Amino acid sequence: MPVKVLLPTVLQRLTNNEVEVQAEGGTVREVVDDLERRYPGLKERLCDETGRLRRFVNIYVNNEDIRHLANEETPLKEGDEVSVVPSIAGGASPPGAQRE
Amino acid sequence: MSCVRGLRCKECGRDYPIAAVYVCEFCFGPLEVQYNYEQAAQSMTRDAIAARPRNLWRYRELLPLDGEPTDGLQSGFTPFIRAHNLARELGVRDLYIKNDGVNFPTLSYKDRVVPVAIAKAKELGFDTVGCASTGNLANAVAAHGARAGLRRYIFIPTGLEAGKVMGTLVYQPTLVAVEGNYDDVNRLCSEITNKYHWAFVNVNMRPYYTEGAKTYGFEVGEQLGWRAPDNLVCPVAGGTILPKIWKSFHELERLGLIPSVRTRMFAAQAATCAPVVTAVHRGSDIIPPMKPAPLAESVDTSLRIGNPADGPYVVQAVRQSDGWAEMATNEEIIAAMQLLARTEGIWTETAGGTTLAVAKKLIEQGRIRRDETTVICITGNGLKTLEAVRERLGKPIPIAATLAAFEERVLGA
Repeated sequence: MPVKVLLPTVLQRLTNNEVEVQAEGGTVREVVDDLERRYPGLKERLCDETGRLRRFVNIYVNNEDIRHLANEETPLKEGDEVSVVPSIAGGASPPGAQRE
Repeated sequence: MSCVRGLRCKECGRDYPIAAVYVCEFCFGPLEVQYNYEQAAQSMTRDAIAARPRNLWRYRELLPLDGEPTDGLQSGFTPFIRAHNLARELGVRDLYIKNDGVNFPTLSYKDRVVPVAIAKAKELGFDTVGCASTGNLANAVAAHGARAGLRRYIFIPTGLEAGKVMGTLVYQPTLVAVEGNYDDVNRLCSEITNKYHWAFVNVNMRPYYTEGAKTYGFEVGEQLGWRAPDNLVCPVAGGTILPKIWKSFHELERLGLIPSVRTRMFAAQAATCAPVVTAVHRGSDIIPPMKPAPLAESVDTSLRIGNPADGPYVVQAVRQSDGWAEMATNEEIIAAMQLLARTEGIWTETAGGTTLAVAKKLIEQGRIRRDETTVICITGNGLKTLEAVRERLGKPIPIAATLAAFEERVLGA
């Protein structure tokens, strides 16, 4: 289902400088995969080789940190707002660490 | 003159030119300013520094400006006090207070980081600055930005102390109170930064802003007679200052200005919001984002950040230095604010109370040895947090304007 995605400046080079883009998916993981189809190269910026979100990438669904929800499996419904925020503006876990 | 080489990702090591960028395009890691230390060592000698004005720019070789500093010329070089009375009370030999509660002009350590961020924002061509703040940063951006003639958009969470709100409004910025806590404010500012060409001092100016925090450590090194202390206790909110003090000691060592650094770094947080202390106690490098306790249950608001930007680097510095982290309860924070006032005549805000309460705890635990040199970082002023102590200080003794009343009510009491 369609959701709105807000992207940080460092990714806008991949989206023709668009700040807000549309994507489809029932979970955060599916939306990331859909973003990769629309904007090739975007997923490797967000996820490491194992497909897990990178240490310094924070994702919010309707202003709630997905680490307070169900991480990458957080369910989405039509019209939800997904925001990708570099964690320098708030929190992070170190390389190789499991996200809690 | 500038010794700046560029920016480098702290995680993957990719290099970037100086610009209003703050995270690595490839791994999202934070960017940090790189210097040419050989060049800096040539002009940054003890004698040269001693001859410079007593402000934060006396260490300018290791600050990220290209041109001459024009902001914060009265900021920094705050009092460094040997705390004899407090040392006696705590049973230690050699105790110092570094008091940024009287920094100029807004009475907190933010008077160091903001002039650096604003000076850099001007060099990069911005006409508008902003910040996400728990109060002290709001005051500093409002004031320094006013003097620099910049437009200012300042974002705070609802429920801050009146002193911090009024201490921002008086400088007439656009002040926005966001529903939610600091972490919500910070995320919003990050989203605004993506869309508007503004310099947010703690978002896209962050690599420059955080470098300003090193001046606190440079001053401690200089004021201690060109050495680093054995122990340093520092409050942690977003986690900027502790790792930057740690870095500053190593930079002074690298330039040959102080002997080798053996400082143990200790982090202090309020028990109502202690994500970094929790991580250190667990022996974990992970700092799970934490929802702060409700405002009504927290005496401290200045350290109330559940998702600290530089938290991982605080944990790293504490661990590398063989330090530790502790938290203080509301009661311990208030008692420590009163202890500092009673023994040393210094009125600090709740963050300072937290730091002293934790220092006391670490001394009692034996983690800070009683025969060593210890510095306690006081970073804010008690006048801004009247609410914290209002009900706990007693009342003046009311009397009629007569000698008899004075003798009866005051001396006879």
